[in-house]
Amino acid sequence: MTTTSLAQPTPSSRFDVWYWLRRLARNYILRRILMALAKIFVVVTLTFFIVRLMPTNPIEAYINELIDQYGFTYQEARDQAAALYGIDLEASLWEQYLEYMKNLVQGDLGTSYRSKGTPVAKMIGKFLPWTLFSVGVSLLISFTFGMLLGMIMAYRRGSVLDHALTTVASIFSSIPNYLVGMMILVFLGVQWKIFPITKMRGAMSPGVKPEFSWTFIKDIFYHATMPILTYVLTTIGGWMLAMKSNTINTLGEDYVTVAKARGLNEGRIITAYVGRNASLPLFTQLAISIGFIVGGSALIEFIFVYQGVGQLLLNSINYRDYPVMQGVFLVITIAVILANFLAEFVYGWLDPRIRVQ
Amino acid sequence: MSSFWQSLRRTFRLLTYNKIGFIGLLGVVFFILLSFVGPYVVPLDTQTKVDKIYQPPSSEFWLGTDSEGRDIFSQIVHGGKDVLVVAFLAGFISTTIAVLLGSLSALAGGWVDNAIMALADIVLTIPQFPLLAVLAGLVKFNNVTLLAFILGVLSWPALTRAIRAQVLSLREREFVEAARALDLGTKHIILREILPNMMSYIAINLIFAMTGAIYAQVGLVFLGLVPFSGSNWGVMLSLAWTRGAIFYKGSLWYIMSPVAAIALFQLSLVSFTRLLEEIFNPRLRTSV
Repeated sequence: MTTTSLAQPTPSSRFDVWYWLRRLARNYILRRILMALAKIFVVVTLTFFIVRLMPTNPIEAYINELIDQYGFTYQEARDQAAALYGIDLEASLWEQYLEYMKNLVQGDLGTSYRSKGTPVAKMIGKFLPWTLFSVGVSLLISFTFGMLLGMIMAYRRGSVLDHALTTVASIFSSIPNYLVGMMILVFLGVQWKIFPITKMRGAMSPGVKPEFSWTFIKDIFYHATMPILTYVLTTIGGWMLAMKSNTINTLGEDYVTVAKARGLNEGRIITAYVGRNASLPLFTQLAISIGFIVGGSALIEFIFVYQGVGQLLLNSINYRDYPVMQGVFLVITIAVILANFLAEFVYGWLDPRIRVQ
Repeated sequence: MSSFWQSLRRTFRLLTYNKIGFIGLLGVVFFILLSFVGPYVVPLDTQTKVDKIYQPPSSEFWLGTDSEGRDIFSQIVHGGKDVLVVAFLAGFISTTIAVLLGSLSALAGGWVDNAIMALADIVLTIPQFPLLAVLAGLVKFNNVTLLAFILGVLSWPALTRAIRAQVLSLREREFVEAARALDLGTKHIILREILPNMMSYIAINLIFAMTGAIYAQVGLVFLGLVPFSGSNWGVMLSLAWTRGAIFYKGSLWYIMSPVAAIALFQLSLVSFTRLLEEIFNPRLRTSV
């Protein structure tokens, strides 16, 4: 006796949603985009609740201050607070949350408490480019030179250069970066007078117009020298050592031996065979280090009086300017998430093995 | 009695196997003694001597004097305790959470694993220092335990990932399989098979958690966000900064002493990890 089964519809005769969903879920890029969006969502929610649920609820504190110091009535104080923070205090927490999200999507981050009337987004827009500039340039220099030096160290293993560079790298990467910054100020600036630190403070010299002229570009690099020097010194060690160990591992691989046996040009082996494979794992670390540098930028900018977003955050904390605090923290975190996503994207582009999972 | 000396000698040879690591160990021990025993030996100099401002080191003031004529060396001696206690506590909390969650994540697998890793990913993405700065602006961190707790709770993700990877790889090893075949029980497997093999990892991660905690707390105190009083190294830095000690040539010792203390302690900790690597991994050693 034979059993027959119901005929299944062939894949071509109906649109199999699950098949396409599964294929989408396996796509590396899409997964990364979704994860980035999820992270941003979590951070936004977190920021919203931190401000509202902390013991010193800043909104209540502001309302109280308005009532005490300025003689507002409670209703007027509430309205003022609602306007400042861009929320409606009458509504329930859930509706406040939705209102907050709606404002965010439109780019409205509230108005500053201290500089009354200035939208937070505008303040951030003024300070953010400087942080991105200094951090970006430092990352570029640190990463590329770190990779190059790391490879040189691997090829010249055991030499004096190797030992010297390893020691210097270990020392500088262990010391906190703001201490290195302070040492630069104290030794290079004050004691040995190599850098005219009073002239190098701030992001621009007074009187220089922000335009695409050579004077302007020279000027901003002049002012960013010390922060960039600090970032590079403290991060290049990590890249050097990581690249060195990766290169040593790669040099032991079979395909390198085959390439040499085939008589390929040494330069080609270094770039196309060893270099590419050794530098790949570094890209995942790039993502993590972006977060760390942006996070640590607050201290460096404080020390060198550099008007970046870190300094804005610190000033807003000191002056209890809660809308700015909230907005800057959000922007910093979102910038880190986006940078991470970009790094993962580049990694997926560089390493075909990831895409074929 | 001779076996006691023999084991002592063996321990000493073990410790000095890695020269740099041994120097690191000496450094760590030095700072621990300085900070915990030192205050009983060296009294804190709180007397303002206006005629002795910013003196260079001399036989009387080993590291010179600060902006009010107080001895810097005594301040350094008294200043290490808070820093070290917060570092140890935060590192301990962080490592404990990491070991628990990492092992749980690796051994349970499935959605527990995914959930914990997703949580770790999110906490890892939030830049630690800005979050701490914002929290410090909202909550008063005036006691050491609270600060250590917050630092520990924020730094567990990185270690958790590493521990999870380690447990995952150990779980498939032959000795675990043998223990399972012998039906030795889960408790035995965890405590006597997996954990001892992870000790080097745990110890090294503990030390790195400590260095991270030192970075964060000194940074917070330096910016004045944490209202610590006393003469801990971060407070010394903060005072030196606000009094303009940076820009005056003679006050070099005032600003550099806490910087050097912190930097040297961090270096000692990091060098010490090299020694720990060799101690806990007998396969790296060729003798002893």
